[in-house]
Amino acid sequence: MTDLTPVLSATWDAKESWTLDTYTDHGGYGALKKALGMAPGDLIQAVKDSGLRGRGGAGFPTGMKWGFLPPDDGGPRYLVVNADESEPGTCKDIPFMLSAPHNLIEGVAITSFAIGCNHAFIYLRGEVTHVYRRLLQAVREAYEAGHLGKDIHGSGFDLDVTVHAGAGAYICGEETALLDSLEGRRGQPRLKPPFPAVAGLYARPTVVNNVESVSSVPAIIERGVEWFTAMGTERSKGMGLFSLSGHVERPGQYEAPLGITLRELLDMAGGMRGGKKLKFWTPGGSSTPIFTDEHLDTPLDYESVGAAGSMLGTRALQIFDETTCVVRAVTRWTEFYKHESCGKCTPCREGTYWLTQILKRLEAGRGTGADIQQLLDTCDSILGRSFCALGDGATSSISSAIKYFREEFDAHVEGGCPFDHAASALFAYEPKAIEEAHA
Amino acid sequence: MTYTPETLAQLEADAADIVSRYPVKRSALLPLLHLVQSVDGYVSPDGIAFCATTVELTSAEVSAVATFYTQYKRRPNGEYQVGVCTTALCAIMGGDEIWRQVSEKAGVGHDETTADGKITLERIECNAACDYAPVMMVNWEFFDNMTPDRALRVVDDILEGRDVKPTRGSHKVGTFKETERVLAGFEDGRANEDQGVGDPTLAGLKVAREQGWEEKR
Repeated sequence: MTDLTPVLSATWDAKESWTLDTYTDHGGYGALKKALGMAPGDLIQAVKDSGLRGRGGAGFPTGMKWGFLPPDDGGPRYLVVNADESEPGTCKDIPFMLSAPHNLIEGVAITSFAIGCNHAFIYLRGEVTHVYRRLLQAVREAYEAGHLGKDIHGSGFDLDVTVHAGAGAYICGEETALLDSLEGRRGQPRLKPPFPAVAGLYARPTVVNNVESVSSVPAIIERGVEWFTAMGTERSKGMGLFSLSGHVERPGQYEAPLGITLRELLDMAGGMRGGKKLKFWTPGGSSTPIFTDEHLDTPLDYESVGAAGSMLGTRALQIFDETTCVVRAVTRWTEFYKHESCGKCTPCREGTYWLTQILKRLEAGRGTGADIQQLLDTCDSILGRSFCALGDGATSSISSAIKYFREEFDAHVEGGCPFDHAASALFAYEPKAIEEAHA
Repeated sequence: MTYTPETLAQLEADAADIVSRYPVKRSALLPLLHLVQSVDGYVSPDGIAFCATTVELTSAEVSAVATFYTQYKRRPNGEYQVGVCTTALCAIMGGDEIWRQVSEKAGVGHDETTADGKITLERIECNAACDYAPVMMVNWEFFDNMTPDRALRVVDDILEGRDVKPTRGSHKVGTFKETERVLAGFEDGRANEDQGVGDPTLAGLKVAREQGWEEKR
């Protein structure tokens, strides 16, 4: 049995948890004071030694990313926090910033000091008004308290932080698209290399880190590398937020060491809704191949999930029970990628369009046996053939669903959707019209 | 541009504040587009011209950016942007049916505005609140754990001019224009408003406290 380990979520139930006073009462900004007394190189080494890996999906070692910045040439270098949380199923950074914005700001200050950055940016998705209010207030409070601004706590270190709201584009969660967007352009990915560490924001050395990665830094500095590495598995260290959604009794945020299993998490979440049977789930958002009940005991760490054919991603566990039509779910995810494809690369732009056409006719019972092979062939034409991972992600749910539930696709060809959609909903209703196509 | 001198003066003052947040002027473009929506209720031709002048781009370059992002509206938007999440998980948990009933009630479809200008309806993509599915957003504030009845009540309240209250976050949803001003990066003094932290957000923490797992560490 794995215990939960609330660190990032530890203060979320405190009174006015988002305010500076509450954060300070719980020891907040202690890590910043400690960090300002350390050499920046030692901070980078500590984060490397902690084994912290990017919490935004890719899992790249955070300390190594910081270490890739070229030597100081006297010009500016930037930290950009990716707070554009938009991957379907992913819902951890938004409640985190709503409840503990100062934890993020403390992480920003420490990270900036470590990498020699004097102007950091937090790129927040635009569709979360109250989160933006909380971040703007928290940044102002941090300036007033001397945690940001000139000569922070007498260290000689200056830092400005700008919180920037996006305007509705999933693709801006991709780090180079995010940088283009932050520069006031259409959010389209850049060809890599050069990587942002060499030529990022305004073509200057830039670190782009996820909210949860940056926010994990204060605890690592404060409590030490050994404390962090004691949690997790051999190569997936520390704790992380696991977001359970869908057909479970108590969906929500469960902060646990990496390597916990869905069986353990489900147990804590009260099991499946109404005792129904688990059918399929995503381990890390809609871009990660789906799992089934065969994978209930797969340790949720980078290596084990990878070995089982998927990706840990953002630990966004979308859980569906036996009432759910997998073709319907996959169709909706594919429509999402079609809608969000930025249009830059032909395989992704055209491929997601045609995948959607085929899936919609399959779901409506108008497909043919050849459509299933066509889906797989089209996925082959997209995977690995575009600048960024959006197109790749679009293929994940399709190919994995066909792998595990081929007979369900066949059934749609033979006689339309065999499922009662109303049975999957959380409320009772009388089905009326055929559900219209997604916009 | 057809702005009155007073409006233009205010826009210029706000734009100067926005531009000052960035080392390179062009970075101000996204918040500037939010700012013009806070005045005009959409990205108007005047707004495009204003942004172009401010960041020294052509109006074609500004339009190219504005049309990339779904939050920038090309036609006058309703006072309340009502979005029903119909991405896979919310759709399956009931979002499809909520959408059907809300659309029927409001009498408009996706990206359409009611005749009285109150509501612009939208099928939205995942809004990062999946543990509260099915989710609806009004001017980008959270309406969690929706049912058709709850959603219809929100729509009724808006259509009949009553205030609407999110389930998490502020005490009252601001108008589309007021919201856009916040998204342009201007505080409105409402950050401390709170509806309480939702159960899903605290689900794991509650288990850990009950089990005494925190003390052990």
